[in-house]
Amino acid sequence: MTWSGWKSREVILAGAIVLLVGMIASRFPAFIAPSNLANVFNDTSPLIILALGQMVVIVTRCIDLSVAANLALTGMAVAMLNTAMPDLPVPFILAIAIGLGSLMGLLNGLLVWKLSIPPIVVTLGTMTIYRGVIFLISGGEWINAHEMSDSFKSFPRETILELPVLSWIAILVVLAFVVLVGRTALGRAFFAVGGNPHAAVYTGINVGQTQCAAYVISGALAGLTGYLWVARYAVAYVDIAGGFELEVVAACVIGGISIAGGIGSVGGALLGALFLGIVKNALPVINISPFWQLAISGSAIIIAVAFNATSSRSKGRVILKKAEHAT
Amino acid sequence: MKLFKSLLTATAVAAVCLAGPAQAEDKRIALVVKALGIGFFEAAAKGAEEAAKELGDVEIIYTGPTDTTAEGQIEVINALIAQKVDAIAISANDQDALVPALKKAMDRGITVISWDSGVAPEGRQLHLNPSSNELIGNMIIKLAADNLPDGGDVAVLSASATATNQNIWIEEMNKVKDNYPGINVVATVYGDDLADKSYREAQGLMQTYPDLKAIIAPTSVGIVAAAQAVSDAEKAGQINVTGLGLPSEMAGHIDSGASKSFAIWNPIDLGYSATMLAYNLATDKAEAKPGGEIPMGRMGSLTLNDKNEGAMADPFTYDSSNINDFKDIF
Repeated sequence: MTWSGWKSREVILAGAIVLLVGMIASRFPAFIAPSNLANVFNDTSPLIILALGQMVVIVTRCIDLSVAANLALTGMAVAMLNTAMPDLPVPFILAIAIGLGSLMGLLNGLLVWKLSIPPIVVTLGTMTIYRGVIFLISGGEWINAHEMSDSFKSFPRETILELPVLSWIAILVVLAFVVLVGRTALGRAFFAVGGNPHAAVYTGINVGQTQCAAYVISGALAGLTGYLWVARYAVAYVDIAGGFELEVVAACVIGGISIAGGIGSVGGALLGALFLGIVKNALPVINISPFWQLAISGSAIIIAVAFNATSSRSKGRVILKKAEHAT
Repeated sequence: MKLFKSLLTATAVAAVCLAGPAQAEDKRIALVVKALGIGFFEAAAKGAEEAAKELGDVEIIYTGPTDTTAEGQIEVINALIAQKVDAIAISANDQDALVPALKKAMDRGITVISWDSGVAPEGRQLHLNPSSNELIGNMIIKLAADNLPDGGDVAVLSASATATNQNIWIEEMNKVKDNYPGINVVATVYGDDLADKSYREAQGLMQTYPDLKAIIAPTSVGIVAAAQAVSDAEKAGQINVTGLGLPSEMAGHIDSGASKSFAIWNPIDLGYSATMLAYNLATDKAEAKPGGEIPMGRMGSLTLNDKNEGAMADPFTYDSSNINDFKDIF
């Protein structure tokens, strides 16, 4: 995939987003008010963060289906920690959330690396295990708003320069990924491993280790989002973010990240997440039946993916012209 | 996700199977809920245990799927049939989808009742409504109207669009809304009992209807999410979130002023009553027939109407004056 190829794909997706926003605005003009767009971005921030983590995993020919379960378990763990120790400062909570998430990602990574179990099986298994563990540690109980400390709940909501901290974290993660993917050896190794694992071995890249690193990154981001999610909605229970892993994968696929590995970009993941976030936020305000809402968001995903597939399909080349004519 | 759910359900089912037989003479009553891990049902399970203790020879099997689907409940029901429980008391995720599985249970001699969220009459012997649907429908709009002397726009944030009980309450509410002049029900939206979707729907309501004065959420997940969305939009005090919620989950939002009052029946009483009813039917101490009266311990007795349905008690209103007494109970 050439650099210009990435660009054109992103331009098409960005164009689709502009068109989508335009269509929504024709039915509900207030949607494009800057404050509302900021809200939509803020609401999409968790999806953006997770989609970036998922991107590096998918690029290395793996998949992480345990992100939502990891998010929920970390969220429950830090919420319980907060009820037990309300005075624990937020930086500690953040460190614990990221650490716990990384550990769960590391478990996925080690199983894929050391035991060579197919990634989809590993993460399907750990997804169930992590959800199960939430039941075990919480006993099925909710952690409610009044049980959490104010500083715990207010952190993602604090505003800096008009934007909530949650949005700023998403922006920082995007910037960090731009550097990681474009400017570091590890970032290039992700693509090498996904593009051609055998060639990657000959260049001295340890394929399993690189995949494991991708899982740790994805897990760390899931852990971070776990805290932000629980603090934002001020409630923690077993089923939070149920089914969210599929949305994360969908965001990546819409963003042009190839499920077969090796192809993808930070911009693509970002735009894919924004596309889904806009659809999700627009559906409630344009006033249509909830049954149609499901069909519409599903169709939007399929159309976007189909569009991507046709635009990226490379045309076959006849290399033996003479032989073809001869037959 | 589906696979994950069936895996988890299978594990839950296996756990149920492994729970093993109790003493031969014990009546085993299964309390099947919409989904595990919901505070309301956990409280109902406490009530069921209380009834079991009072009755003495009863073992409660508290179970349910991990998410609110009919498929998950069917798997649980089949597992319960296989281990030959004496009675099933279920809060249904779908009023029709569970009928074949529950009929099969009744054919094997298992007593089947529904409570909270009902099953169609052919799939159960009786249905225990927490309160009468008319009372609840009236209560939720009255809670909104009481705080709006000058009237105004209100909107409904429900659970899923197919949820049996929420739909009935909203229908009953719409029947009596003309008794509240000035109260204008502008929209009904669905948050599917997911915190993030409900939150987003509540945000959508605030945007679409800038003059919105109240959000009525007749579901415990929706009311919490809507209250949080209203606080985050700094509209606590301007928009009153009300409906049906649990004191433990709503305490913080009553304090913040996002919710002035809400109502709920006591889920402990509900689980208790369902167990008592199932026990009395399973031991042939009473029969479920139209007009019949079935005793339910300290809650008095349940009078059945022509559809074999009965109502337990009136919903109770919670506000800043009494929330602290109840928030640690359920």
